[in-house]
Amino acid sequence: MTQPYRTAIAIFAASLFQIWSMPQASAQIHLLNVSYDPTRELYQEFNKAFAADWKQKTGQSVEIDQSHGGSGTQARAVIDGLQADVVTLALAYDIDAIVDKAHLINPGWEKRLGDNSTPYTSTIVFLVRKGNPKGIHDWPDVVRKGVTVITPNPKTSGGARWNYLAAWGYAWNKYGHDEKKTREFIAALYANVPVLDSGARGATTTFVQRGLGDVLLSWENEAYLSIKEFGADKFEIVNPSSSILAEPPVAVVDVNVDRHGTRKVAEAYLKYLYTDAGQEIAAKNFYRPRSQAVLAKYKKQFPDIKLFSITDVAGAWKDVQPKHFADHGVFDQLYKPQS
Amino acid sequence: MALKRPHSVVPGFGLTLGYTVSYLSLIVLVPLAALVVRGTNQPWANFKEAVFDPRTLIAWRLTFGTAFIASVINAFFGLIVAWVLVRYEFPGRRILDALIDVPFALPTAVSGIALTAIYAQNGWIGHWLQPLGIKAAFSPLGIVIALTFIGLPFIVRTVQPTIEDLDPAVEEAAALLGAPRLTTLRRVILPAIRPALVAGFVTAFARCLGEYGSVIFISGNMPMKTEIASLLIVTKLEQFDYAGASAIALLMLLSSFVLLFLVNFGQWWSTRAQQREA
Amino acid sequence: MSTAPKYRHTEPPGLQVALILTAVGFVGVLILLPVIAVFTEALRKGLAFYISSITDPLALAALRLTLLTAAITITANLIFGLAASWLIAKFSFPGKNLLLSLIDIPFAVSPVISGLIFILVFGAQGWFGDSLASHNIQIVFATPGVVLATIFVTFPFIARELIPLMQEQGSEEEEAAVLLGANGWQTFWHVTLPNIRWALVYGVILANARAMGEFGAVSVVSGHIRGRTNTLPLHVEILYNEYNFSAAFAVASLLTLLALVTLVAKAALEWKIRVEERPAITAEEA
Repeated sequence: MTQPYRTAIAIFAASLFQIWSMPQASAQIHLLNVSYDPTRELYQEFNKAFAADWKQKTGQSVEIDQSHGGSGTQARAVIDGLQADVVTLALAYDIDAIVDKAHLINPGWEKRLGDNSTPYTSTIVFLVRKGNPKGIHDWPDVVRKGVTVITPNPKTSGGARWNYLAAWGYAWNKYGHDEKKTREFIAALYANVPVLDSGARGATTTFVQRGLGDVLLSWENEAYLSIKEFGADKFEIVNPSSSILAEPPVAVVDVNVDRHGTRKVAEAYLKYLYTDAGQEIAAKNFYRPRSQAVLAKYKKQFPDIKLFSITDVAGAWKDVQPKHFADHGVFDQLYKPQS
Repeated sequence: MALKRPHSVVPGFGLTLGYTVSYLSLIVLVPLAALVVRGTNQPWANFKEAVFDPRTLIAWRLTFGTAFIASVINAFFGLIVAWVLVRYEFPGRRILDALIDVPFALPTAVSGIALTAIYAQNGWIGHWLQPLGIKAAFSPLGIVIALTFIGLPFIVRTVQPTIEDLDPAVEEAAALLGAPRLTTLRRVILPAIRPALVAGFVTAFARCLGEYGSVIFISGNMPMKTEIASLLIVTKLEQFDYAGASAIALLMLLSSFVLLFLVNFGQWWSTRAQQREA
Repeated sequence: MSTAPKYRHTEPPGLQVALILTAVGFVGVLILLPVIAVFTEALRKGLAFYISSITDPLALAALRLTLLTAAITITANLIFGLAASWLIAKFSFPGKNLLLSLIDIPFAVSPVISGLIFILVFGAQGWFGDSLASHNIQIVFATPGVVLATIFVTFPFIARELIPLMQEQGSEEEEAAVLLGANGWQTFWHVTLPNIRWALVYGVILANARAMGEFGAVSVVSGHIRGRTNTLPLHVEILYNEYNFSAAFAVASLLTLLALVTLVAKAALEWKIRVEERPAITAEEA
């Protein structure tokens, strides 16, 4: 009776040891980049390039771990203790939250790197079915009756907030800064939305895989990615006449890098995004590079859309977030779900 | 407090008591206390608002409503399944029996994506329902389907032993006294099974209230329409509203505890009733 | 093998067939279909793709974390289950019912809440956040957090299998052993354990299935650090969100296979327990 038990325990202990000692990559330095959903492919490529470059410059091996999720979710995780060395999120408000609620990043972070600490930008475009059967060419088409629009929930998704602001900005400019008419425009838009996914990727899945909707409001880079993934024979991109300059910023998490002793590498990591090599990788992954030279090289895939910034049409994030996206904000007031 | 040392020859009281209590404290009591504190350590107005806000109210209604419907469906079909498994012989009976436990053993994320694949517009069943105008995925119906999947084993496995324990002599007596079979079923067997059926229903219901993984893929997560309470907690967390999330979590916990208590109490009461009869 | 005693009076054959068909149809559509769908979708892009999906380094890392978590969880819960059932079955003391209710708590708690409570305690903004930070200990968003959340969700399984059984068996054999001179450990090892071994294995199998498959609770505490804090179920979700549906189902199929193996083991054990109990019953009846 005891013999089988002893054997079982021996096997159990041996396998525990085996699992535990399975080879792990042994790098000297680890960086954790906490990012939002659409940047998976971008950072896969970028991390390899940076590691090679760092090794060449300093002889040190650095391994970069990635975490992806909704921008707000990721910010919360960092606030709750996720040991990010750098954060590369979808909007400045999420990084501001880390500053305000956990004091992990020093205020004034947006000035520490060029271009509001945003090495690459994107914008909001329309992804439609091949042939554009519903004839969607610009924003007014999106609020037409009978058109089904897929966009995620602006209260949980960073990308969704840019979608909302792009629509808001268009109407704001069109109606000569008349807030009442702009609100009506937004209400009409969301009246056409049957499903509010919690994240940008969920919305893309709904449109692409589940076949729901006539038009998907999407990050430009996500739209290109969808076409690459699913084929140019199924979808096409329609660029609106004007759209928002979406700025997804990056920052070093001061308290964490000082604790880990990784400040030098982390700062170099973010700076590398601004180099030609980094900008090329961004452009290849369909993010608009800040560098004019690289942008000119990839001109074909980044058409000239008239871009307005968030401050042009709605104000700073500090004011926009509570006014529009907090509980009982403008979105809550305007959103009436289809029955 | 001096614990009266039980008169037992068997050793190990102190050791097991100490270990059990420490383990429970660390894993259960302290974390739950944190929830209670966080949830209640806020102005009553905030608590009320978090819990009675229209979006939350709709989430409650949806969560309880779909859980109830799913559990009723399971009560009906689960009873039939349990009966068939115990009483009849047919090819594939053992496979059927094993299949019942699948929702119990399968990770909720897996059932979530599998159910979505089947019931979406272009899915196996979804594309048949679509011309009928029935939207299975991204609607409350989808949630009911997912919850039915999750809850079935609870009812079947609770009712099955009771059916097995039924005394055939009672049925024989009823038959000998001239009762048609359906009457016997209705007036002799069903009352005997009812306590177990109710217990299974309540257990399945409690389970459905808190379900997350299998629902979030198929529901569409639309606020005011298909947003379940557990998702609302996550959403509030993402908005840094710990207090609101804790408030909702507390209420969910309370309702689950009440249900759990009802089940245990019911079982204790019916055991006492049986003992009194004996 | 039929455990159904022969019933002389039963439903008319027509009704029987109807009921059987209803049951089979219901379970077939509701349960069997999703299981089949997992494998169909997994193999949609061919066998080579399937194999590359499950041997992908991130999938293997997730597998490693899942196995490690399950191993630690089962061990911890096993010790707890044995201690708790020994305590409850062999002794009587005030508060026993309270203890039993406490053990049942995880069944009443939504997975999301199970994760939330550990954030509230061990997160940077939580009760122990500051002291953990000053000692540089990372609990949530790291492996320990994943393990803790899994322990919470699975610890009742083993205890609940053992407690009724040990209560039913009583303490006579243990008392006899002690009176004959055995100490506590010897009594436990040689007297109690043989009596509960199958229930023990049964509980371990159930707990294991749950531990490897837990999603909601782990999702809240994991941090989703690719290659480090993603379990297999989380990895499935990530692949799904990356449009990589076939790969998601491929990894999901691993978990499904595990579930099916669990069910087979469960059924085999139930049969074994019944067979072992049968001689005892007939001896009593004789």
